Amino acid sequence: MVVVPEESEESLNRLFRALADGTRRDILARAIAEAPSVSELAARYEMSFAAVQKHVAVLERAGLVRKRAHGREQLVSTDHERLRRAGELLDAYEVLWRQRVAQLDDVLREGN
Amino acid sequence: MPITSVTKDPEKLSLTVVAEFPVPRKRLWEAWADPRQLERFWGPPFAPATFTRHDFRVGGRAEYFLSGPNGEKWADSWKFTAVNPIDSFEVRDGEANAADENLPSSMTFTFETTPTGSRLTHVTRFSGVEAMEKTIPGMEEGFRAAMPQLDALLEL
Repeated sequence: MVVVPEESEESLNRLFRALADGTRRDILARAIAEAPSVSELAARYEMSFAAVQKHVAVLERAGLVRKRAHGREQLVSTDHERLRRAGELLDAYEVLWRQRVAQLDDVLREGN
Repeated sequence: MPITSVTKDPEKLSLTVVAEFPVPRKRLWEAWADPRQLERFWGPPFAPATFTRHDFRVGGRAEYFLSGPNGEKWADSWKFTAVNPIDSFEVRDGEANAADENLPSSMTFTFETTPTGSRLTHVTRFSGVEAMEKTIPGMEEGFRAAMPQLDALLEL
């Protein structure tokens, strides 16, 4: 017999509830493909911005998507997208550090 | 070339840089302790840094801004959470934008003596992707503008 701990049963319930709705499945598919903003999503469905936000919140509580601020927009993305973005930003940050170390080396070589 | 390794961890949102320099550890430390020297290397070439405050003691703050090529200004501040002269220091970054307490990242700097001079080990830990978006502002655009130099830099 498989004993499902209460906590994970609760999170499974959240997951299935989140996926039980067609609009939410569609939002999830878009979040996987392109990280749309909440307003872009609201323009796609015949429902209010607030209603779309509620759907996104249900997906968020189930751990399926995350929201992140981008300027004044809220982007909806999956962890996959988040990792890809983190990798991109770390690449930029690496270049920044390489330049910084090269400049520090110049300052040190000048003997102050 | 001073960089000996760069390690990136996208899962943990951290970056570790190890660099060695042909100068004594005390000299390397001074470059970080003196804001006039620090501002000569902290900002990228397209956006030099100006430090308006550098209170280098535990609980002290540093404040600076980067000046971009089109007149942009990116301000940031640090709070020094540890300062152990010539061994190490730590800062919390992004305290100026502390409206969201999840934003700040932390940076640690460790200095060691080596047979040929000194070694700096730096670790940045971002608290989230959003913290990265705020701490690396406009950097990507800047790097794209600096693309021709990029390949040369990565080969260093």
